[in-house]
Amino acid sequence: MSTKFDVTETLDVQGASCPMPVVKTKQAIDDLEEGEVLEVVATDSGSMSDIEGWAAGTDGVELLAQEEGDGVYKHYVEKTA
Amino acid sequence: MSSDTQPSGDAAAPTEAELRQRLEDLEAQLADLEAAVGDDQKQMTIVATKGTLDMAYPPLILASTAAAFGWDVVVFHTFWGLDILHEEKSKNLKLSAVGNPSMPMPNALAALPGMDAMATRMMEKKIDENNTATIEELIELSLDSGVDLQACQMTIELMDYDEDDFYDGVTTGVGAATALQHMADSDVQLLV
Repeated sequence: MSTKFDVTETLDVQGASCPMPVVKTKQAIDDLEEGEVLEVVATDSGSMSDIEGWAAGTDGVELLAQEEGDGVYKHYVEKTA
Repeated sequence: MSSDTQPSGDAAAPTEAELRQRLEDLEAQLADLEAAVGDDQKQMTIVATKGTLDMAYPPLILASTAAAFGWDVVVFHTFWGLDILHEEKSKNLKLSAVGNPSMPMPNALAALPGMDAMATRMMEKKIDENNTATIEELIELSLDSGVDLQACQMTIELMDYDEDDFYDGVTTGVGAATALQHMADSDVQLLV
């Protein structure tokens, strides 16, 4: 579960369910600078598909990786613009 | 004018080169039009007409998520949908036990006094246990992320509501024409 990314900020949305992981991720990304990476830690299994879909449909972000283990879902999102 | 059934020689059928040229012209025109329309920001309009606890969630969840995508979102609330924006009533939305095939009881029982209250309490408990956001939280979240929550003026008056009954930030003084205008420009239109 270790990551090779240089994480700038970690967002803990454990326990929160749809639509909170995506909405909070968007808010946290807005506070970052270009090139910085946000780590999102969630327990909502739907966040795997939702954050992937959000990143694909949103300008200026790139989903670098997603990890899953022990009921925890981690997402690494870079702000690209 | 020449007959349709008898194309006369080479003048009638365009050559492949002409067709290709035409295609290029049209593609260029399309690109110009797309540029003229400007940004590719998506737009969504939802019309929310129901004020039960279960029907209050989908518009707000979709609206706040669409806002996270950077979309321009309007939710137009009319009839019982107004209760979602009503500060007091929104904290007290009910679930109907009758006519809901998902309820674990027959309609004859569900119609008894107190059954709606019981069904509502059960759902509220589930919402709490599952850490699902409350309606109030979703409204604040939607307003914070720039969603335009509109309350239909005609039904405000019909239901004897006051503009002050609604959450701060709710748009009042709008009607069907305002909703239609946004709908016509929208990529997604939903009636809930």
